[in-house]
Amino acid sequence: MPNSVLPSTSQAVSLWRRLTDWGATGFAILAAILVLAPLLAIFVYLVIKGVGSVNWAFLTQTPKPPGETGGGMANGIVGTGLILAVASLIGVPLGIGSGIYLAEYGRNRFGDVIRFTADVLNGVPSIVVGITVYSLIVIRQKHFSAFSGGVALGIMMIPTVARATEEMLLMVPNVIREAAYGLGIPRWRTTLSITLRTASAGVITGCMLAFARVAGETAPLLFTAFGNQFWNLKLNQPTAALSLQVYTYAISPYDDWHKQAWAGSLILILLIVGAVAAVRITTSRGMMKGS
Amino acid sequence: MPALARVDAGRHGGKPGAALEKIRTSYPGSSRIPDEVFRWIIVLSAVSVFVIVVLVVWELVDKSRLSLHQFGLHFFYGHDWDPNNDSFGAMPFIYGTLVSSFLALLLAVPLSIGVAVYITEMCPQRLRAIISFLVELLAAIPSVIYGLWGIFVLAPLLRDYVEPFLAKTLGWTGLFTGPMYGLGMLAAGIILAIMVVPVIASITREVMTAVPQNQREAVLALGATRWEMIRMGVLRNARIGIVGGVILGLGRALGETMAVTMVIGNRPEVAKSLFAPGYTMASVIANEFTEATGDMYLSALVEIGLALFIVTLIVNALARLLVWSITGGTARPRA
Amino acid sequence: MGVGIEVRGLNAWYGKNQSLNSIDMSVPANHVTAVIGPSGCGKSTFVRCLNRMHETIPDARAEGSVKVGEMDVYGSGSDPVDVRRRIGMVFQKPNPFPTMSIFDNVAAGLKLNGFRNRKQLNELVERSLKLAALWDEVKDNLHKKSGASLSGGQQQRLCIARALAVEPEVLLMDEPASALDPISTSKIEELIFQLKQHYTVVIVTHNMQQAARVAELTGFFLMGSLIEYDKTEKIFTTPADKRTEDYVTGRFG
Repeated sequence: MPNSVLPSTSQAVSLWRRLTDWGATGFAILAAILVLAPLLAIFVYLVIKGVGSVNWAFLTQTPKPPGETGGGMANGIVGTGLILAVASLIGVPLGIGSGIYLAEYGRNRFGDVIRFTADVLNGVPSIVVGITVYSLIVIRQKHFSAFSGGVALGIMMIPTVARATEEMLLMVPNVIREAAYGLGIPRWRTTLSITLRTASAGVITGCMLAFARVAGETAPLLFTAFGNQFWNLKLNQPTAALSLQVYTYAISPYDDWHKQAWAGSLILILLIVGAVAAVRITTSRGMMKGS
Repeated sequence: MPALARVDAGRHGGKPGAALEKIRTSYPGSSRIPDEVFRWIIVLSAVSVFVIVVLVVWELVDKSRLSLHQFGLHFFYGHDWDPNNDSFGAMPFIYGTLVSSFLALLLAVPLSIGVAVYITEMCPQRLRAIISFLVELLAAIPSVIYGLWGIFVLAPLLRDYVEPFLAKTLGWTGLFTGPMYGLGMLAAGIILAIMVVPVIASITREVMTAVPQNQREAVLALGATRWEMIRMGVLRNARIGIVGGVILGLGRALGETMAVTMVIGNRPEVAKSLFAPGYTMASVIANEFTEATGDMYLSALVEIGLALFIVTLIVNALARLLVWSITGGTARPRA
Repeated sequence: MGVGIEVRGLNAWYGKNQSLNSIDMSVPANHVTAVIGPSGCGKSTFVRCLNRMHETIPDARAEGSVKVGEMDVYGSGSDPVDVRRRIGMVFQKPNPFPTMSIFDNVAAGLKLNGFRNRKQLNELVERSLKLAALWDEVKDNLHKKSGASLSGGQQQRLCIARALAVEPEVLLMDEPASALDPISTSKIEELIFQLKQHYTVVIVTHNMQQAARVAELTGFFLMGSLIEYDKTEKIFTTPADKRTEDYVTGRFG
């Protein structure tokens, strides 16, 4: 055998290779720190700047005129709830229905088209959804409304709910469906009461994720719900929303409003985290865990 | 249970209905009508998704017709955005969108890949779940809160510390000159980068995990350091998927509205310096839509929306294609 | 030229489970030594301890003395990266790098060790492919075809070439032919026979006929211990231990 070309001492692993290994490790750790730092910073600032301004007045009063201190975002909290309720009424049924289609009836070409379309819808910028709903509803009704805001957010919920539903339903073993059919249960009943129920924990989680995602959305509401300084519980009137108010206050020149913007953000985050936590707690009891 | 489900799905070729058709149809007819009704409801829900997308496209095209007709291609390279004279050129917004997004990618890509490598290959087992959860949490923060933090925390930081430092050291490049407001293109790029990291990192992690263990072993057995093993055995195999993740991140950055609007300064100018304020396509729509008087003004804004829609559509489709080619169609981008 | 391997008191664990119990074994240079035994007996673990691949699994560790020639594998100054370069390994399922050409696959280890010179790489790649009896089949497509586009048997020979390129002193083979068809298997076995001129080969196999065909020495493992180690002929015709006899006559495993 010809002479060996590689060094045979244990200095064989050159300094350069050791250094790059060490450097790469250092960079990866640094990256993790740099990525998590803003997360920490945002939460810390939310708490520091927000907690001080969250008081009873904030939670129960409507905004005061610009320039005056005091007042609150009560109408925004309620308005967000109203809009999200409409959104869920649209997004959840259509999303679950689409998910059922994709899993149970749509393992074919047409199903692929729908699946692709859902992904397209998922990628549409939120402001474009706002433009569309503005065109479809606001222009026709000639006024802004909580309803149109709900429609916009509901549309954005559909792809997330549909995908989660499809994935969860596909994980239910066929033997369960077969057992139900064998017992004489009709297909519609099997799909709803048996297959969907088995997958329910994961489906609910999917709905919750969609809910949490749209709860913080502002752009689509800019020209649908539009915002409102006063109380509004009617669906066909412009309505305040937390995210809208945070935005308006944040870009305003008033210090008091800035403080309220932090408070509003804190409430918004708590709302989102609370909703996700509530779902986690209720679904982790006794039902099949999702993924 | 999931593993079993997949074996089962495989048995029927992935169609829950296939072998069950026989059972279903050999069935007393009394349940036929409810079954059909149910099927129609379900199909209609699915079709509604299609209808919604069609409506989006329709409304965008319809309402921008006026502006499309009036300005043609000039719309996209004209510098002049003058609502008072009904003259609309969207170049400043296109420039702002592209620059802020690419700056975001420049910052986000190394960080995302770094984090993904850390979580997948270097992190101690018990920390893995926590750290990946925290990175995903970044994606859950609403855009408006990023904007709020950007205005009151990031911008002052940039104005008082970072920008003077950059001006002193790299000012000669022309990228870091001019008045330092804190708000501007640099702030927008940084905020976008933070928002886009979880997208790229999660796809990167997925494709890295999909690389089989035997590839890692093959590299190690040749006498490689850990970084060499990651580079040659994992990243190299996953690179197509990683590119897909980056493109998906780009799609996310292009469409991002609130956080950018709140920190970019909203001035329709094309400037070389990153300290200067800018304006993006999404921002101009957000700011001016409800103030738009006149049909041409509104039409011009909708046309910008149409352009944004088309660009994000192409970018997202490309991204999905690349990610699927690695994960074999099972993983769906979770952006 | 190959070197001998001296194993003394080798123990290995996966977490809390001990998978190797104080193995003592002397593998002579330039011979083929087979390691046989039923599933789970520790034969793969044993071989993976020789080139410190065992410890790459989380929670896995090994203790004891392994000397490959003059190299103290588990010694205090020993660098696993260097150990693995000097001890080559071929795996059960062929694992060429799919994103690299045939040439780049073989050159991978060389490039890691800092070889950039085109001419040198060409020579070394050709030499390795010839040693692995693959050169004639691929010489016209070295840069055009990817490593994964070859047949199973060719892929495995590519992996052997890749391992040989970095000039190990020992070649470890973990069931190298078990995923291959009979014709490819016999080609690999022929190759092993050739390789022992230059290298010391340790081959794990669950196929006793294969051990009989290629190996001069055979070690029988059972439940983490080395039960018997002797000339292959003796193990298969007149084994000293009853357990060995039961295994080779097919009574279990």
